[in-house]
Amino acid sequence: MNYVFIGIGGIVGSLLRYFLSLWTNHLWIHTFPYGTLVANLTGSFLLGIFTRVYSNNVKMNHRLVLSISTGAIGSYTTMSTFSTEMIKFVDKGEFGLAFLYFFISLTGGLAASWVGYFYTFRKVRT
Amino acid sequence: MLFHICLVGIGGFFGAISRYVVTSYFQRKLQGKIPLGTLSVNLIGSFLLGYLLGKTESNELILFLGTGFMGAYTTFSTFNLEAVKLLASKEKTAGLIYIAATYAGGITLAFLGMLAGTIGKGV
Repeated sequence: MNYVFIGIGGIVGSLLRYFLSLWTNHLWIHTFPYGTLVANLTGSFLLGIFTRVYSNNVKMNHRLVLSISTGAIGSYTTMSTFSTEMIKFVDKGEFGLAFLYFFISLTGGLAASWVGYFYTFRKVRT
Repeated sequence: MLFHICLVGIGGFFGAISRYVVTSYFQRKLQGKIPLGTLSVNLIGSFLLGYLLGKTESNELILFLGTGFMGAYTTFSTFNLEAVKLLASKEKTAGLIYIAATYAGGITLAFLGMLAGTIGKGV
């Protein structure tokens, strides 16, 4: 039964990522994968916050936790698309953009998780 | 448009469940400091997406298996959270190895997958 909840989260996360990429392709020139980048960074931040909140012993249904974290946020972000976008940059000889994309994903992803997990909703020790 | 939304959604449904199944399996089998469950889905998924993009030009297939399934099967948020937790703990070296293995492995396997897909195109 857990599977269905994770799957439903997966639908929501994947569609949000898809809409984001369609929307950013309209806004900006189609040479940089803004959609994937924005999804990956915001998703890392959100998973950090969410994990912090429920590890603070907030009473939450286990299936709902799985559906939101593993399902929705896990599917909203993607590693495979990032990897293939890197190869496309290198293939086109755009090494500068490849490096920029790599650098922002690496540092931004870690920073987003770090801030989300360690600096929001910290439990006050009594 | 609605058809495309369904393709991505259904792909995402099965991709997320597959990630959960594979991650839980590897986390049980291969216990260690480095989260090998997430690492394995990200590496396998990068190879398979590379293969798909090398092999096909069908927009529908790419939306269903690529954007939907492989997009949901692999994850960036869980990877970063696990890496940050390792870096903040005593296992800093494990954290750095995990980050290096994910990026180097993911990009290399996406390349190999694309190569394999392009070679297999005519077959």
